[in-house]
Amino acid sequence: MSGEAGERRATVAVAGISGNLGLALARHLARAVTLLGIDHRPFPDQRLGVEHLQVDRRKARAAEPFAARRVDALVLVGIEHDHDLPSTEVHDLNVDGTKRLLDLCERHGVRKAIVLSSANVYGPAPDNSSFLREEAPLLATARRGDMRDLVEIDMYAQSFLWRHPEIETVILRPVNVVGPTVRNVPANYLRLARPMTALGFDPMLQVIHEEDVCRAIALCLRPGVRGVFNLVGPGELPLSAILRELGREPLPVPHFLLRPMLRLLGDDPGGGFPPEEVDHLQYACTVDGSRAARELGWSPSRSLRETIRSVLEGEPTLPPRAFAPHPR
Amino acid sequence: MGLFTTPLRERLRAWTLELGGEGLRARLARLTPPGNEYGVDPFGFDLDYAVAAIAPLLWLYKKYFRVELHGVERVPPEGRVLLVANHSGQLPFDAAMIALALLVERDPPRVLRALVERWVPTLPFFSTALARLGQVVGTPDNCRRLLAADEAILTFPEGVRGLNKPWSERYRLQPFGRGFMRLALEAGVPIVPVGVVGAEEQSPSLADLKPLARLLSMPAFPLTPTLLPIPLPARHRIWFGEPMRFEGSAEAEDPEIEEKVERVRHGVDALLREGLAAREGIFR
Repeated sequence: MSGEAGERRATVAVAGISGNLGLALARHLARAVTLLGIDHRPFPDQRLGVEHLQVDRRKARAAEPFAARRVDALVLVGIEHDHDLPSTEVHDLNVDGTKRLLDLCERHGVRKAIVLSSANVYGPAPDNSSFLREEAPLLATARRGDMRDLVEIDMYAQSFLWRHPEIETVILRPVNVVGPTVRNVPANYLRLARPMTALGFDPMLQVIHEEDVCRAIALCLRPGVRGVFNLVGPGELPLSAILRELGREPLPVPHFLLRPMLRLLGDDPGGGFPPEEVDHLQYACTVDGSRAARELGWSPSRSLRETIRSVLEGEPTLPPRAFAPHPR
Repeated sequence: MGLFTTPLRERLRAWTLELGGEGLRARLARLTPPGNEYGVDPFGFDLDYAVAAIAPLLWLYKKYFRVELHGVERVPPEGRVLLVANHSGQLPFDAAMIALALLVERDPPRVLRALVERWVPTLPFFSTALARLGQVVGTPDNCRRLLAADEAILTFPEGVRGLNKPWSERYRLQPFGRGFMRLALEAGVPIVPVGVVGAEEQSPSLADLKPLARLLSMPAFPLTPTLLPIPLPARHRIWFGEPMRFEGSAEAEDPEIEEKVERVRHGVDALLREGLAAREGIFR
């Protein structure tokens, strides 16, 4: 969509642009396309020339940029976090907000909608195949929190994909996104000096660098790309090997104590490891990335070692207290 | 792997090489280490870990079960292959002994990937160790991928029905599942039948405490002569049959598949009869 000489610059609306991954994406795309930001938070980087609309994505005002001009593509960068809101409100913001924005695509003739989901929607389980394909059921059974929202968003986006053949809907399911700026559950976990692990368990994990995710989103902006894609990074490693690469001192805890211990420690929803997601410390949720390689020509640019070590580039390591809340 | 510090790993590796005898180091060096820059393959197999971790099992193999091999050269030296064996002995020592035979006695060595039950990953320690040793959860998709990568796969179509059968049923093959045959037809892979003699006697199940098994959500709770999961020193004899090739559609109706499965079952059974007839004593 970019770089075609003589054509006007494509306009790409990015919802969730103020998050760390949104910002990384804005930096990645700013030179090639005109960016419209939609987020309930302000957009921090003035130099990128983003036209930012600070609005709750559920509100009628979120439609304004779509009505005022031709928008070529909408990118939904995952889910928004606002720890000052109660969890039901956050769920509403994420799930209903996504539905609203996708419906805007239909109403205003946006030809492309990219929804960033996660490979973790398949859910970690002992009987998972080692490389889950896109057709695998979404069994992430988190009772609440981000993962449940993400499963709902992914399923809604899938139904949108089938209902609207005229729109190129893309659902991207990247494996654990890490990098210097992202502050998601896996990246924060890898920043802990003494992370808890499940005693006797050492699941295989896949990671992908935030820059690589941005590159993949840019690939999906090309005309003709449509469908559901797992997005893998440079490989898979046991959790223990990743922690060793980072020089961490794991704190093994019997798996049946992990959840209650984390509940005690993690009353701050902004920090620590969500007790609902401890299954990731026990079981694998690794995926097959061959469809994206085949149909998008996808391959990651960072090596496995670079990708893992990228979490060290940002802020210094968190204090030794396991699962200490991180600064917002 | 956290429990597995470097000095311990080095000592175990030395033990493995000592037990394996002359030439093992050179033979193992011919195996290409799997996977990525960390020496781990996509399924979690780590050759470096495996060579160290097999030491106690190799001691069982050499000194305790004193494994005797018949026809190990029938296993093709390379390329995809499916090994189908009888399953017995309460704990899957039989799988370990077959895998060790191919790794330390066969020249060139082959890494055998066993397909494990789907609940195995719920076991702490075992799950990790088995994964690093190259064992993979037995889903059809995993099996397809391994065959596509020209690996050697070990499967026990009897499953726990065979593993936990009582003493009175010893050396009687339980019904075979059909999944392996469909996968073999699909991948066009030869099947090598394997008969393990001796594993029944290392841990005879005198009774199965079913209520206790249910309570502990285990497939069975066998009562064995040692009461503990300690095997008796019954000599193991592993008989490998000629590779069998099958033609036909993987999508065929059950009876057609069943007929082919029965041929493999008979193949395994014939090896068991041959092995039982040839042995002169359980412990000798």
